[in-house]
This record gives sequence, C-alpha cells and structure tokens, in this order.
Amino acid sequence: MLESSKESLKLEAMKRVVGLIAKGKNASELFPAVVKNVANKNLELKKLVYVYLVRYAEEQQDLALLSISTFQRALKDPNQLIRASALRVLSSIRVPIIVPIMMLAIKEAASDLSPYVRKTAAHAIQKLYSLDADQKDHLIEVIEKLLKDKSTLVAGSVVMAFEEVCPDRIDLIHRNYRKLCNLLMDVEEWGQVVIISMLTRYARTQFISPWKEDGVFENSEKAFYESDEEKRKSAEETKPYAMDPDHRLLLRSTKPLLQSRNTAVVMSVAQLYWHLAPKHEVNIITKSLVRLLRSHREVQYIVLQNIATMSIQRKGMFEPFMKSFYVRSTDATHIKTLKLEILTNLANEANISTVLREFQTYVKSQDKAFAAATIQAIGRCATNISEITDTCLNGLVLLLSNRDETVVAESVVVIRKLLQTQPSEHSDIIKHMAKLFDNITVPMARASILWLIGEYCEHVPKIAPDVLRKMAKTFHNEEDIVKLQTVSLAAKLYLTNSKQTKLLTQYILNLGKYDQNYDIRDRTRFIRQLIVPSERGGALSKYARRILLAPKPAPVLQSAFKDRDRFQLGTLSHTLNSKATGYLELSDWPPMAPDQSVRNVEVAEAMKEWSPAVGKAKSSKSDDKFYSDSGEEEDEQAADSGSDEEGGSEGSTRTPVSLSSEAESENSETSEDSSQSEKSSDSGTGVKKTTTQKNKKLQQAKKPRKLVSVCDRVCVCVCQQLSSPVFVPVHTYELLHRMTGKGLAAQYHFSRQPCIYDDRMISVQLTFSNNGDHTLENIHISEKTSAGQNIHCFSPIECLEPEKSVTVSMGVDFNDSTQAASFQLCTKAEGFNVSIQPAVGELLLPVTMSEQDFSKEQGKLQGMNESSATIAMTPESITSQPLHRKVVNMANVGVVPSGQNNVHRFAAKLVSSGALVLVCVVQKDSGAQLTVNTEKTIIGSMLLRELQTVLSAP
Amino acid sequence: MIHSLFLINNAGDIFLEKHWKSVISRSVCDYFFEAQEKAMEPDNVPPVIRTPHHYLINIYRDKIFFVSVIQTEVPPLFVIEFLHRVAEMFQDYFGDCSEVAIKDNVVIVYELLEEMLDNGFPLATESNILKELIKPPTILRSMVNSITGSSNVGETLPTGQLSTVPWRRAGVKYTNNEAYFDVVEEIDAILDKSGTTVFAEIQGVIDACVKLSGMPDLTLSFMNPRLLDDVSFHPCVRFKRWESERVLSFIPPDGNFRLMSYHVNAQNLVAIPVYVRQNISFFESGSSGRLDITLGPKQTMGKTVECVVVTVHMPKVVLNANLTATQGNYTYDPVTKILVWDIGKLNQQKLPNLKGSLSLQSGAPKPEENPSLNIDLKIQQLAISGLKVNRLDMYGEKYKPFKGVKYVTKAGNHGHFVVTNWKLHNILASPFYV
Repeated sequence: MLESSKESLKLEAMKRVVGLIAKGKNASELFPAVVKNVANKNLELKKLVYVYLVRYAEEQQDLALLSISTFQRALKDPNQLIRASALRVLSSIRVPIIVPIMMLAIKEAASDLSPYVRKTAAHAIQKLYSLDADQKDHLIEVIEKLLKDKSTLVAGSVVMAFEEVCPDRIDLIHRNYRKLCNLLMDVEEWGQVVIISMLTRYARTQFISPWKEDGVFENSEKAFYESDEEKRKSAEETKPYAMDPDHRLLLRSTKPLLQSRNTAVVMSVAQLYWHLAPKHEVNIITKSLVRLLRSHREVQYIVLQNIATMSIQRKGMFEPFMKSFYVRSTDATHIKTLKLEILTNLANEANISTVLREFQTYVKSQDKAFAAATIQAIGRCATNISEITDTCLNGLVLLLSNRDETVVAESVVVIRKLLQTQPSEHSDIIKHMAKLFDNITVPMARASILWLIGEYCEHVPKIAPDVLRKMAKTFHNEEDIVKLQTVSLAAKLYLTNSKQTKLLTQYILNLGKYDQNYDIRDRTRFIRQLIVPSERGGALSKYARRILLAPKPAPVLQSAFKDRDRFQLGTLSHTLNSKATGYLELSDWPPMAPDQSVRNVEVAEAMKEWSPAVGKAKSSKSDDKFYSDSGEEEDEQAADSGSDEEGGSEGSTRTPVSLSSEAESENSETSEDSSQSEKSSDSGTGVKKTTTQKNKKLQQAKKPRKLVSVCDRVCVCVCQQLSSPVFVPVHTYELLHRMTGKGLAAQYHFSRQPCIYDDRMISVQLTFSNNGDHTLENIHISEKTSAGQNIHCFSPIECLEPEKSVTVSMGVDFNDSTQAASFQLCTKAEGFNVSIQPAVGELLLPVTMSEQDFSKEQGKLQGMNESSATIAMTPESITSQPLHRKVVNMANVGVVPSGQNNVHRFAAKLVSSGALVLVCVVQKDSGAQLTVNTEKTIIGSMLLRELQTVLSAP
Repeated sequence: MIHSLFLINNAGDIFLEKHWKSVISRSVCDYFFEAQEKAMEPDNVPPVIRTPHHYLINIYRDKIFFVSVIQTEVPPLFVIEFLHRVAEMFQDYFGDCSEVAIKDNVVIVYELLEEMLDNGFPLATESNILKELIKPPTILRSMVNSITGSSNVGETLPTGQLSTVPWRRAGVKYTNNEAYFDVVEEIDAILDKSGTTVFAEIQGVIDACVKLSGMPDLTLSFMNPRLLDDVSFHPCVRFKRWESERVLSFIPPDGNFRLMSYHVNAQNLVAIPVYVRQNISFFESGSSGRLDITLGPKQTMGKTVECVVVTVHMPKVVLNANLTATQGNYTYDPVTKILVWDIGKLNQQKLPNLKGSLSLQSGAPKPEENPSLNIDLKIQQLAISGLKVNRLDMYGEKYKPFKGVKYVTKAGNHGHFVVTNWKLHNILASPFYV
C-alpha cells in the first residue's frame, strides 16, 4: 500500500504502521518503503512519515540519509511550520554523520525571523548535544545568541538548552537576567518552571544572603557597611541590609506566579522563595502550597514531601493550616504517612492536645501500617515535647491492651525508646510489659521487651529471672532477633543476679551454641567468653559488667525528612532523597556580593575584558587617588552634574549620580549595540578603563533605589505590550566630522530602545572617536540651543586618547517632530555646534496588537487622520519578508500578525505623545496601496513619503 | 526531560508507548509492575519510582497508568502536571480518556504526543492550539476526509502560538455567541459524633464555556470578591487587574476551560447543610449489631438538597446487613465491606432513616471502633459561600447587530447562569478521646 499511487491508500497504510509503533511492535523492515514518502505533499502523511523516521532512523542510518535532502529543502520553506518541523525531525534522527548539517541548520534557524523556528532551534541544541558532545563550544555560541532573544516563546526553551548543555556558564546569564525576570510572566508555563529553577541557582551565586538581618541585626550593621566602604550612605538608609535590586526584582516578578494554575510553576516559585527570600517573606508561599493539596494524588505526594522538609525548619509557616494536614480516610497510604510526618513536625506545646486527639483516631484506623506509623509519630511528639511524655507513655501503655498485634508491637518498640530516656521512673511500666509478654507474638516487640528487662533488670529484680525462665522454655521456637535478646538478657542477669540465674544462663548459652543461625552461635560464644571466667579469657571478663551494662544513650527519634533540605526543594533528588543524575547543587550564598554591574547589559561586555585590570586598580588605587585627578576637572564635573536633573538632590554624591545613571542607560541597549560597542571598546580600552571603574564603584552607591524605578518602568512597559524592536542594521549618522572637530569625530545612531531617562525621550547612541594626535579631555554637552526640546545629556567623558573611541547614550525628547536637536559639544579646549536630526521612523516605538485591534484602531483614525498613496513595486519585493524588512528598517514599527498574505500591517506609537501610528500595505498585481493612519497628520504624511521611497526602490 | 511514555491498563498491559529520544525497552516497566504489586491498590503506587538507570514518574487516571521515564533531574511536579495535561487533552479530544478511546484513535494520540513534546520538553499544551494543528475526530470529518482525501492536520502554524494570547485560536466564528460560567463549590468537612464541626472549608471553581466570535475581552466582577481567600487563575486572567480592582479581566480561550479556582476564607463559618443522627453499635454477645441513621436538612437557604448518598466503611467482621430504608435504596458489599445508601432528594417533612441489624462473624471479638460515615450531596442554585457574580462585560468585539448584543441587553449580564452544586465529604463520625 505504501507504494500505491493513491494518497489515501498511502495514508491508511502509514496509519497502520504508526499503530504498530505505538504498540511497540517492530516495523523497521518497512523503512525503505516509508522513507520514499518523505517528500510527499500531503501534510498528514508527511507527519506520520516523520514519526516513523524519528523512531527508526537510528537503526537504519544509511537509508535515513536518503531523507536528509528533503529536510534541507524544507528548511528554506516560506511556511514557518514546515521550517520548524523539518528542523525538529532533522535534529531528532540520531545519525552521527549528519552532525555538521544539523549544526548548520541550527545556526541558521537561530536567526530565523519566526520565533517559533528559533524555539525549535533551541530544542535542537539539546538533541545535538546529546548526540555529539564535542559540539559544545559551537552550541554555546548559539545559546548565547538565543539567550539574547526577546521573544517569550524562545526564552523557556533556550534556558532549558542552557541547563542541559552548559549549566555552569553563569556568565551567559548576567546580561539577560533582568530581561528574563521581566519576561517571566509572559513565558509559557513550562518555560517558567525551567527559568525559575535556573534563576534560583543563579541568584544563590550572585547575591548575598538576605537571612543575615535576622538575629544578628545590630552587630552585622557596622561590619556590613565597613566592608562595603559605604559609610556615608548609611545615614540615608533606614534599613541596614539593602537587598540587591536585582534580587528584589526576581522575587517581585515571580510572586504573581504563585497564582498559576500549573502546580509545577507554583512549586518552583515556592522553592525560589524558600531558597532566596528573606525569612519574613517566605510565608506568602504557604497558602499556595496548601492550595496544591487539593490537586491530584500525585501532586499532593510531592507537595507534602516538600512541606515536610520545610516544616522541620519553620514550624510557624504551616501551623495555621494544620487542619489541612488532617488525614482523610480516603487518602492513599503514602499520603497519610506524609501528613502524619507534617503533623508531627508541627506539634508544639500549644497544639499538642489537638494533634494527639487526632492521632488517637488514626491509631484505630483499619490501615494497620498507618496505625503503626501513628504510634511512632506519637513517640516522636513525646520526645520532642517533654511536657507530654508522661501522657503519651500512658496512652501507649493503654494501647498495649489493643487486640491488634501490629499496634501492640509498635507501641512496645516506641515505649522502649521512650523509657530509655528516663527509665528510673517507670519500673511499673516495665513490669506491665513483662506481664504482657506472653501475649505478644510479634518478634520485634518481644525482643524489645527482653532488652528493656535486661537493661533495667535492677529495677525489676523479681520479674527478670522469671522472664528468663520462660524464655529458656521457648527458646528454640523464637525468631532470631528474640533469641539474640534472650542471650543478652541472660548475660546481663548473670552479671547482676548470678545466684538465681547461673544455671539458666548456662542452659541458654548451650542452646545458643547449637543454634542453626551462625549469628546466634557467634553471639553465644562471645558472651560466654565474656562473662564466664575461664583460664584464658579472664582479663576481659573483669570488664564484662562495664561492657554489657554501660549506660546507653537514648535513641533520638527524628524525622525522616531531617536532612532532606540538603537538596533543592521541588527537585527529583529531594523526592528520592538521593542525588539524581544531572542534579545541580544549589550553592551557598557568597560571603560578599559579586560584582552587580555584570548584569548591566552593555557595560558587561566591557567589564569582562577588563575585570582583571579593575581588580588590580581597586587594590592599588585608593579613593583619594580616584578623586585626585585634578581639582579643576572635578569642579567642572560637579558643575556639569549640577545641571543634571538628579544631580542636585544628592549633595555629595552628585558626580556618582550622573555616572551611574549613565551606566544604567546602557543596561537596556540592544544586544546588537553591545556587540558594536564591543568593537569600539576594543580600541578604547585605555579610556574606558577609568569610566568603568568609576561606574562600578558608583553603582554600588546609587543603584538600589534607581534601579528599582527602572525596573518598575520596564514592568509597566511589558503590561502595555510594547513589543521589542525587530533587529535591523544600524544606520549611523554623522554628528561631527573629524576635520571640523579638530580630531574629535562623533557619530550617532538611534538604538530603538525605550529610553530609560524618560518615557518621552528617544535614546540616541553617540560614538566619539579621537582621530587627532593628542588626548581630548572632558567631552561634554554645554548648552542646548534648541528650544522646547528636553535633552538628557550623557555624563562627561574625562579623557579620550588618540585613536580611541567611546560610546555613550543620551535621551532626547523631540516632541514628535523632526526638528533637529541642537547643542554645543565641548571638549576642554573647544566647543562645536552640532545637531541631531531625527528620521521620522525613529520617533516611533513598536506596539504589538492583534489584527482585530488593528482594524478597530484604524476605524477610529479615518478621514483627516488617514493618508494613503499607491506605489509601484518591484517583483523582488512581492514576498512578505523583504517588504517587512524594508518597512522595519526604515521605521521602528512592530509587525501585526496578519491572516492574509497580501496585506501587511504595522503598528507603533509616537514616543513623546503616545499617539498610535498604523501602517498598512495592501499588495496588488503590480503595485501596492500604502495607508498611514495617525492623529499627527504631519508625521503621517512624512512617514508616508518616506515609506513610498523605500518601498518603490528596488 | 521526559524520555518515554508508556500507557498501562489495570491488567498490566502496555498498550501504547512513545519515545521522544532514543528508544527505551519496555522492560523498564517491570520495575513499575513490581511497585504496583507491592502497593496492592492502584492508588497506593508511589508516584516516583527509582530504577537503576531511570526514574519512573507515574500518574493513575481513569484506570490507566501513565508511566513516564526520566533520565535526569527534573522537578517531579513538572512531569506529573504534564501527564495530567495529556490525560485532559485525551479527554478533550475523545470525550473520555479510556483505553478503548486511545486505542481507537492511536494515530491522533501519536500526533498529539508528537506536538505536545519536543525532545521531552513541552511544546504546545494549549488545547486551542493543538486543535488547530490536529483536528479532533468527528464522524462527519472522517467521512469527508475519506471522500475528499483532505487531512486532519493543520497546514499553517496556529497564530496563537506566536501571539500574546496563545490560548485562543484565531478566527473563531459562531452564529450564536454565548458564554456560560459554572460556579461549583465544594465543602470539605469533618464532624465528630456529636455533630460539631472539627474542620470545614469551602473550595470553589469557576468553569467556563465560552463560545464567542473573534477576540472578545471579558470582564467578570463579583458582588463580594472579599470572600475569596486564595485564588489561582487560568493564564488568560490579567493578574494586575485582579490585584488592583478584584475583577477578572481576560481574553477567554475558545470552548470549555477552568477560569479560576478559589478557596473561601476559613474565618467565615461554614454552614453545614445537613445534620446526621447516627447510632451504630455492636453487641458483645450474639455476634450482631444495630445501625440507625437519620439525616435531615439544615441551613439550606430554601434550596433542596439532592443526590444524597451515605457511604459507610464497615469493620471487617461485619458479614451482612439487614436494614430497612424509609427512603432510597441501600446496598452492602460483603467483600469490600462498604454500605452505600442512596437517598436522593432530602425531604423536609419526612426525614429519611436507615435502620436494622448487622450480622457479625461469629466468635470474632466486636470491633472497637465505630465506622465513619461519608456523605455526598448536591444543592442546585446555591453557592454555599454566598459568592455572587455581579456582571460580565465584553469589550473588543462589535457583533452589534447580531445575537450577542441582543443577548446582552435582554439578560443584562450576558445571560450567564450560575449552576451551583457542592459536595460534602467525609463526615467522619467517630468518638474522640484524649
């Protein structure tokens, strides 16, 4: 049938083949026939062939190679679903020969326009890694690239790949940390789990412990500040421990996820809080965890295990919810046991009576294993809370008259353990137990009683020999463990009361000597040598009494979950209580906070290169030196930052403010920019060294407050669904030519990022390079000549050596007009009048909206607000991708997903006023209809003109 | 992550296997069978089993064991949650998640599993997306397909996969636009012998069935949102608005889904709607016992209590029960020792009573504990917590001239109706002492 020419027959045949695979039957001999159909047009047939291929390709590698060319072709398909599924299958057939092809395909897919294909690429990374671990270095490059991806779709998968391939490369995360935190809410559920657990590990290596403030509050205060050289700050701060704002960001962005419907997400947030949050904040997870207990049986099991571990350390957390842990008669046994465990952990002086009453009912449960576990739990409560030991003992003694053997036996064992803690007061209990001895048949219980009597034979001098007599009679019928205890009892009695028991002991020892079990024979021989004085063993027998009747430490009854906290909560290892393959240890908090600035997106590049230099500089240069560059210069700086918005408010920390805010501005630059600046920084190492160093110090001073506000703003942006800009090549414009600038050249480009200084500003990147032959000092903006435009200056550049360049960013509010922003650019010696001319396309910020929203908004902006034109199009630009690229290159707009192939929609908003700008291109046979809708008609018509030229160009 | 999946029925047959990475022999399931044997009952099988080379994480649902094979560290809840999603997806596609349904649709099951996981990592678990990729089977479609040769598989990537609302499929169209919300509350209570409440809590869920065209943006508000103590939402609900305004604002998925589940503040005393008078005693001599149970309504706010079923787990020594019920039927299963009394509607005037004698195993000592009673019941048209939906507004769609809008004006609140039923579990009536 597979060879048939009819598709329906082929499909039917393939379905049967898949049925065979599903049942686990071998269908591998059909491979040649199936593989022929891989290029079939029918999508369902194709998918089934894929299923087959993935299953059997490993076994038939040569034949599988026949299909590769089909996939390679499909990787170029315009349909993203086909591209993605081709990559999926290509990476899933585990044939080592095609590793290079896979590598190539992954690299290509990682820069695909469709996030779905990029996501598939992230999955393929793991597959390739498991196939050929040698590719690790190349794969890490791809991971690094994908980590920078801003799509929520990709984030989860790439972090998964990161965890699988290179979990130790924490340095790759630094620059993406804040982005991941901010995206987290919008990532799909499964990705959230992976990202959260990765961030937990990350945070434990990067932040200092928030737990210090508890307890040693007062003492730590001083030391803390001295170590940070931040004394002047302490006056302003009310709280001694300042949590790293990034740490706070993580906690804040995960908190809403406690309300997720996905239990795995809730659990992972809970463990994150448990491992990272300050102690007083952990409590918020309690309610959510208790909620999970109403979920499926299996979920309950895992959650209860985790709660059990938590409840050992923090009783208070779950105490108010104690009733949720009451056992239901319908619970499965392992759930009952876990609940019991938790109740025991939670028991304290205040609630013990309730707990005990609850336990009393459990003891009578029909599930005998559970009843036995309850008795043990009572025993644990009794040892933990000394007030109730007696009550518990009495209760347990009552249970001795229970008719159920397991219950009695368990009680005996627990009583034995309890009595060991305070034997002298309870000789009547021992007597009582001795009386019960005849009725108890469970070996462990009998053994326990024998041991008790032996150990405390001095408290019950009359009964002990009698019990021994009975035992001598039944010795040969007893279980091994009972026999062993009998021998011990005999030996102990022989030592304390040899008059009465000498013969009995001899008799028992003789019985033991010929026992079938060699353990017993062994023990008997040992005891005999020890206690019966003979010619050779005399030396030891002197100490027999001390050996046998030494006071023994009471056993400690403790939770089975006692040491589980060595594993990260919520992990498989924690559940199994042993290390699972691939478990990644959670590191301890670092004693000192590692450098925070590594998470600043752009500076990070520079930081890494110079980190050794920075370290050295720090140790050799003192603070004095830092400020001692030249008095004059410092004055100038101060004057400068005085004009700065925030400089004035900070008094002595004026200079730091402007610098640190500058550093932050660079956080949010696109990754593309960072790569660019990397280049420039290569040449400008010497110059930047000082700036960076400064930045670093100053950030520590200033960042906590500022960053929070920055983060806030980012969060807000996310809510407004401002989409991330599409990557486009950078257009660079000239600000100052090197001839006019007397050696100083300046270029600028628009970074297309939301400006961090002000929402209404557009961020502009300036690159200065010194083409002259002497060092330029103190490059700064002195006066802003244009009216009505708000400019946020970059902080002054102290010095720029010849042949070096440096990149800074500034914010300009163009008020939604294309009027140039003019200002004077000054060096120490000269001043140049320059202006930044914005392109109309740069006044926008992309917006994500659905097709429906688009048409709704478009409906509101008719008439005056609409401008349209017809353009002739070249045949090359007929397909959607070149058209998208052209539009996006020209203007910072977001692509609206479109259902029709010939209609392309783009949406953006004006940065300053926030007015929507909608662009719609409808393709016709030889041309296209271009429509721009916006309130700002001037902008609209300018944009229309620009787009017209761009689109009609070949 | 998830390496392989085996579906095993109660009889211990592996009737489906799927591998996402290299093939793992089904002999790995032997470890599972071993654990199953040890556990006696399917409910008692430990969810996580360790084998020398793999870890088995399993769930038991609808008489099927879903056993997944794991090789490396992974949060166990991640796998468990995913397996439950798989089961729910089968339920959604085939109506029920039984062995027969899975075997009948094995190709679709395979396609589904292929889409849901890539390399063991969940890819698409939203039913709206999956349904666009793989159409659910219907008789009509299978006939059309066999004639025209068209396929069950979507040709393009569902737009939802890329958009910010991945749970909703694009291009939904209905002639009748409707949205239903079911508020279902459950009481969980433990009472002692005298009828005093030991423990009671209310949990509720809001299940929605939304059939609206386009991209509607709904807002659901409550009269008394303060009642809600702890909530969890479908991802479509905007958490920020809940935090600030206590309204549910969301773009709903298409079809049936669980909008939220909640827990009602425990401080509010829970009104138990029925009372029980029970007397079960066993005599020392004559190996017999007596049973007398009466049920009556209490605090039902004028609504009828329906579907009342009393279940008693008898001690092992009870051989048989000879009882008379004034209302409903009773059955006693001497093997499982479970007495079930199906009462039906609770009558205010004539209280149902079950009375009679129990025969015990002769010679055996009398059971020392009294059995506990479990009571199930249902009340229509009432949310016991008093939670009330205030209104439902819709934005973002303009099917003005059509039924949707007409519906709105007529009903005033988009015509949703509130079905309320609730269950009372576990009235454990046995004596306590300290």
